[in-house]
Amino acid sequence: MIAAAASMSALGLGLGYLLGAAARKFHVETPPIVEEIAKILPGTNCGACGFPGCNGLAEAMAEGNAPVTACTPGGRDVALALAEIVTVEAGADAGPIAEIEPMVAFVFEDHCTGCQKCFKRCPTDAIVGGAKQIHTVVMDACIGCDACIEVCPTEAIVSRVKPKTLKTWYWDKPQPGLVAASAETAA
Amino acid sequence: MRLPSIATLFHPLQSFSIRGGIHPETHKHLTSECEIETMPMPALIRLPLQQHIGAEAEPIVKRDDLVLKGQLIAKARGPLSANIHAPTSGRVIAVGHFVAPHASGLPVPTITIRPDGEDKWGPHLPRLRPENAAPEEIAAQVAAAGIVGMGGATFPSAVKLNLRAKYDLTTLIINGAECEPYLTCDDRLMRERAEEIADGIGIMARALGVKQVFVAIESNKPQAIEAMTRYNRALGYTFKIHVVPTQYPMGSEKHLVKMITGQETPARALTADLGVVVHNIATAHAVHLAVRYGEPLIARTVTVSGHGIRRPANLRVLIGTPVSEIIAHCGGFTEEPDRLLLGGPMMGMPIQNPRVPVVKGTNGILALTAAETPEAKTMPCIRCGRCVQGCPVGLTPFELNARIHAGDLEGAAKVGLMDCLACGCCSYNCPANLPLVQSFQFAKGKLSERQSRKHQQEETKRLAAARKAREEAIAEAKKQMMLKRKAEMAAKKKAEEAAAAAAMPPPATATAIQGEATP
Repeated sequence: MIAAAASMSALGLGLGYLLGAAARKFHVETPPIVEEIAKILPGTNCGACGFPGCNGLAEAMAEGNAPVTACTPGGRDVALALAEIVTVEAGADAGPIAEIEPMVAFVFEDHCTGCQKCFKRCPTDAIVGGAKQIHTVVMDACIGCDACIEVCPTEAIVSRVKPKTLKTWYWDKPQPGLVAASAETAA
Repeated sequence: MRLPSIATLFHPLQSFSIRGGIHPETHKHLTSECEIETMPMPALIRLPLQQHIGAEAEPIVKRDDLVLKGQLIAKARGPLSANIHAPTSGRVIAVGHFVAPHASGLPVPTITIRPDGEDKWGPHLPRLRPENAAPEEIAAQVAAAGIVGMGGATFPSAVKLNLRAKYDLTTLIINGAECEPYLTCDDRLMRERAEEIADGIGIMARALGVKQVFVAIESNKPQAIEAMTRYNRALGYTFKIHVVPTQYPMGSEKHLVKMITGQETPARALTADLGVVVHNIATAHAVHLAVRYGEPLIARTVTVSGHGIRRPANLRVLIGTPVSEIIAHCGGFTEEPDRLLLGGPMMGMPIQNPRVPVVKGTNGILALTAAETPEAKTMPCIRCGRCVQGCPVGLTPFELNARIHAGDLEGAAKVGLMDCLACGCCSYNCPANLPLVQSFQFAKGKLSERQSRKHQQEETKRLAAARKAREEAIAEAKKQMMLKRKAEMAAKKKAEEAAAAAAMPPPATATAIQGEATP
């Protein structure tokens, strides 16, 4: 009995020491760029980019496998901030950064069965509702990552452009050149 | 040292001036001789819940409720909000959404009332004797009546009347400049209701506890100046009638303060920092009605003008009257108007749908024909500087415009985009017809959108972190539970073993005893 315990402990300690030594010896330094990228990313681990969480994307981006525009919930601001620290080799020249309209999830209440699957999946707790009760989306908290759409068994959730309100509406950019051209052709 | 202008020789008070500004054709002759007439009862009344700056009011009526004139139907939500009252008696036929009286035409929460035609008053607000009332009581009465700034800014007036707690106020300026072309509703109100306005001014001066009161009127309204000079005292205050030059944008709060006191309000500061509060003429009138008669704000004076209107007029209309009914009352259009505006031609809102209602801040309805609207043909900017001369806040619009069109909004903000009043002097002055102020409106909206998205991103980050922490806590709790249960199981087993062990020996001893006993 004592011999067995002693041999197992000795084995454990020895292997543990070996593992520890190996970790020290073959330690791989995480490039600081990964951490910097991860800091800029929203950090919600929503998976909209197709990589395993924000850290996954940060690593892929540092290696040059993902464009700076990969984070859709982050939108233009995140892309611009990333383009500043991720240099050209990481794909900053992946075309002009498009202005992405912010999207939000919308629940069709007729189809919602109150299964709570979306509710559990939402990375920002933007979906509210109880079991067997119609769920709804808090628009200001929704990042449009579409995670809930994938899990909904009744396809009751769709992604929509975030509706404008009087507070968020603003005038379109005037196009003086176009006006001049049309006026001239009319004349 | 400041050199006095020649104008001071004629008007000793006029020793200050404002920067920039323009002198557009006023077109006020269209309606300046039209007496204020009362508009007949409209078929429908639509009251948006947001007719003021701040939080939306909260509806307290349901569909099919019967309401009386002056009844509270939506309650102010929070300190920066305003009550909304039923303008006439009738039935609430919907509490839903309707097109906003706004350039966007977006749907906004609206209460729709079908008037029963009896116009039956419900209980009035309790009357107040301002001579004996405390300033707080006056402000509370003004808040209860749902009065907001009626010059167009729609800032809740009661909040402004309560400023004495925070600022050392010395001066009240009553804004009767009405610098926007076409509009004459304030002019007519001063000419016809000077006594009531004077009383309202006195009440406001008392609530604010100021030392001096000025009434600023542009020099192109001689009859209004005369009327207000006749009624220049109330509640122990004597107002100084200050004739200001006819110049757009004289009616801007900060410019009026500069013109009268010579002090410039710092960027993004309030005039209250200088000890000055500015209220509109129409607001003074509404305050008079609210305090003396307990009447909430349910009607206002509106100028209906422009060459597209067959019979331009000044009307007293119920808040919530559809614009289309008002235009029909004024004889309809002479020709299909090029633009339909709410407010003045310089800063008003173009609307697409004429069924939108008049709200508390609507001072004009203008139907402008193609001849009255600016030419659309634009030419390149040659940096002539006319926009710089015209800008009343001293910006360089051509530079702002160039930066915005190059996509450098932050750079535009750095050179003062956020101080732009959107008065439109630059676009008016531009010989190349460039849409300068329109670009600034766009850029301001874009910047505030970016700001709010940034804010939202930070908030969602916080939410995600909170969720993660919660999930970890749950996992930890589960783990602890498992360990506890394991420990419990082990303890139970041990106890059982111990019990078994304890149970075993007695028979042995018993046999031993037996064995001992047998021999």
